[in-house]
Amino acid sequence: MLFRALIACLLLLASLAQAATFEELAAQLPEGKFDDRAKVVEAIAGTGNPAAVPLLEALAEGDLQTLKADDRLIRVTKENKKTIAYDALSGERIGEIGRRDGRKVKVNNGLRRTIRAALSVLTLRDPNPFKRIEAAEAAFKSADAEQLPALKAALEAEENPTVMAALTTAIAATTLSSGEPTQAKLEAISLMREQGDQQALSVLAPLMENEELGEAATEAVAAIERSQALWGIGQNVWYGLSLGSVLLLAAIGLAITFGVMGVINMAHGELVMIGAYTTFAVQEVIRNSAPELFGYSLLIAAPLAFLVAGLTGVGIERGVVRFLYGRPLETLLATWGISLILQQTVRSIFGPNNREVGNPDWMSGAFELGQITITYNRLWILIFALIVFFGLLMVLKRTPLGLQMRAVTQNRAMAANMGIRTGWVDAMTFGLGAGIAGLAGVALSQIDNVSPNLGQSYIVDSFMVVVFGGAGNLWGALAGAFSLGIANKFLEPYTGAVLAKILVLVAIILFIQKRPRGLFAVRGRAVEA
Amino acid sequence: MTFTKSMIAGLGLAAMLNGTTALAQEDTIKVGILHSLSGTMAISETTLKDAMLMLIEEQNKKGGVLGKQLEPVVVDPASDWPLFAEKARELLEVHEVAAVFGNWTSVSRKSVLPVFEELNGLLFYPVQYEGEESQRNVFYTGAAPNQQAIPAVDYLLAEEEVERWVLAGTDYVYPRTTNKILEAYLKGLGVAEEDIMINYTPFGHSDWQTIVSDIKAFGSAGKKTAVVSTINGDANVPFYKELGNQGISAEDIPVVAFSVGEEELAGLDTEPLIGHLAAWNYFMSVESDANDEFIEAWHAFIGDEDRVTNDPMEAHYIGFNMWVKAVEKAGTTDPDAVIDSIVGVSVPNLSGGYSAMMPNHHITKPVLVGEIQDDGQFDIVWETSGLVVGDAWSDYLPESAVLISDWRAPMTCGNFNVETAQCGGSVN
Repeated sequence: MLFRALIACLLLLASLAQAATFEELAAQLPEGKFDDRAKVVEAIAGTGNPAAVPLLEALAEGDLQTLKADDRLIRVTKENKKTIAYDALSGERIGEIGRRDGRKVKVNNGLRRTIRAALSVLTLRDPNPFKRIEAAEAAFKSADAEQLPALKAALEAEENPTVMAALTTAIAATTLSSGEPTQAKLEAISLMREQGDQQALSVLAPLMENEELGEAATEAVAAIERSQALWGIGQNVWYGLSLGSVLLLAAIGLAITFGVMGVINMAHGELVMIGAYTTFAVQEVIRNSAPELFGYSLLIAAPLAFLVAGLTGVGIERGVVRFLYGRPLETLLATWGISLILQQTVRSIFGPNNREVGNPDWMSGAFELGQITITYNRLWILIFALIVFFGLLMVLKRTPLGLQMRAVTQNRAMAANMGIRTGWVDAMTFGLGAGIAGLAGVALSQIDNVSPNLGQSYIVDSFMVVVFGGAGNLWGALAGAFSLGIANKFLEPYTGAVLAKILVLVAIILFIQKRPRGLFAVRGRAVEA
Repeated sequence: MTFTKSMIAGLGLAAMLNGTTALAQEDTIKVGILHSLSGTMAISETTLKDAMLMLIEEQNKKGGVLGKQLEPVVVDPASDWPLFAEKARELLEVHEVAAVFGNWTSVSRKSVLPVFEELNGLLFYPVQYEGEESQRNVFYTGAAPNQQAIPAVDYLLAEEEVERWVLAGTDYVYPRTTNKILEAYLKGLGVAEEDIMINYTPFGHSDWQTIVSDIKAFGSAGKKTAVVSTINGDANVPFYKELGNQGISAEDIPVVAFSVGEEELAGLDTEPLIGHLAAWNYFMSVESDANDEFIEAWHAFIGDEDRVTNDPMEAHYIGFNMWVKAVEKAGTTDPDAVIDSIVGVSVPNLSGGYSAMMPNHHITKPVLVGEIQDDGQFDIVWETSGLVVGDAWSDYLPESAVLISDWRAPMTCGNFNVETAQCGGSVN
């Protein structure tokens, strides 16, 4: 028994030492410590076998399993919610397997990094340019000196300019960790310096202690850090605008109900939450019945959220708020009660847990503008906030409903004498504010939790924006939201998120002492009345 | 119903006449469940309430405890910390429960401590916490820092070779204390001051742009960087979304979280999060017969095949079974007798081994590190070779390194100072 184990052990060592066959190596993948398996991965890549790429990719994706029955290596895919197994080596279809039939081949971050690096060697000449870029980026990260000749050869053969740029960077990074002459390394440093981003920084920073390259590296790092600091200001402005757009969306509905109508609506946040849950419900229906429409889910959800939240708003106004006009304290308490009722209702229907609202493809990821990272979801939310803002402005300034709203808020008695149904206008105004809160919910579902508590986190910020901007003025809400957002984001790097929030709040309190009506005060008889 | 009521009224009378003996004469044993069913914490705690109801139902099917059926008493402290204390008092005084299973977050536990001490009740606390506490009436079935945070850091050191650390947390007692312990631990291992970045954010923080880009910048110093996250509750979803959107993958900067489990991931698209880590004492993906049975029972009880199980549920599973065993050992539900009999009790945990109650009222557990998968589950990539004993007082903080806790006679002390050989007096 012992003898056989010894033999097996020796055979294993021997098989690793001599170039073992691809199949033998693959059989060693599932078991052992991560370090040992990393060597097996490298050996598999070293065989140059064309089946190595799909095998290693499956391993990196976590799709590789062994069948519990006969230890056969399989690759699994999900097809129509069923797990289908294929032979990992031959690709032959085995058929459907149950949840407990296979044992997953473990993979961790370290092993995944090894696989990426190993795959980069194999995919540098892939016909797909995106794969080649991926390969170059993986080579950049691993900076493995042994790959240098392969990278250089790939660059010679490359024609696509984007891939060439990626390869040049990868070669520079690899040169710096290799035994190349100092001159080549100095050139690589200046290339990295030109690139000037955080990746370059991460390559250069460790060289600052180096005897020969230290001076050049230190200079380059200092230069990059200088330019990064400048870009940092732009980045902060962008973050501020983005935070401001979220605040604007949350506050703009309140600017109508509180600003124009003077109703303190504590249930405003819950109307936002209803919008978010509408988005969830729409996505759920789309997922189950028409998955191809998923990219449009938000566009479909927006009008529905407006309607659902708007109708809820009309219900609140007709059912409760209209009996309490002119009594702010009672309104405050009543609407706070409504907010609790709405929260618990949603909790009973959808459960207390977060609900998954997916990001459509066009809302995911980021792009670089110079050294500023701009995420698509934030960009779209900024655009959406501005569309909602100007749309609302149009409604108030250019439509009969808007005219009536302004008339009723400015002089209710006279408006009633002119034949305006003030009660109906009140309901519509409140409904409009609520509907816009619903639209905000659609946007917020993309960046925040969709849970019954969603609204609570925005109610205080919304009131802050409206009070700061000046009640009764939409432009005030716009200016208030963006200035609060930017102030917050410029403070945050120095003070931390907690203190930044406190400082902004203190600043607003002081400001309100000086100008009780906010940034853009509404003047005239309506205010004095 | 009226019969029961008059029965209870009669017993109340008897209690007044006979003092404490009345408890033993009831026909059921009451078990209190103190979990928020509304408010911010409902998201995590509602599940635990259901898990407790399931455990009690199963125990009743087996014949209850001491030949009596168990009767759950559910109250809702509504995520309101002072209300936790009031509800705890209600459970102990009005309902006269034999034991309470509940609480989530340290601040709620701290608020009920005086009540349990005053009325001599029993509390089983199922969530990981910051340590630095050991109370006679409380049993800590969640992880202490040495059962979660320290092993997770060890894993990152060994497997990911991390040299630079971001300690990010929500601004309250658990993250602050845990980060203090971790900072001391890392510095003890020779990590330089400038290689540790500590960041706190408010509860429910939703705008992570600046912090994520700071982490990215911190990670571009050419040294392997990792984030140790004690970010709590709802703030996690926007944090992970921002990480995904800014393109930080687990292979570049892994995030290891102590408050993110299967339940939290259920509200997330986990595709961009694959490879980020969590450290717990239990994952739903653990392969053991006990776990398979538990998941099956849970799905049958809740009537939904998609519901997940998580670490605090396992803690309740362990804590509840320990209490049952201790009561049977003592032959009574009297708190003093149970406190004496429960130390040393050992029951199966869900990862295929046994957990034992230690004299410091903490339990032994295995520590697992898992990586997030695309199906919202964790793939276990590492586990401690044996069980880890929960340490009430961290060895890495100078002021608590000299303290030990042992609630057995003759020491009966939660914070015994080994240098001065004195009990530090009443805890907290």
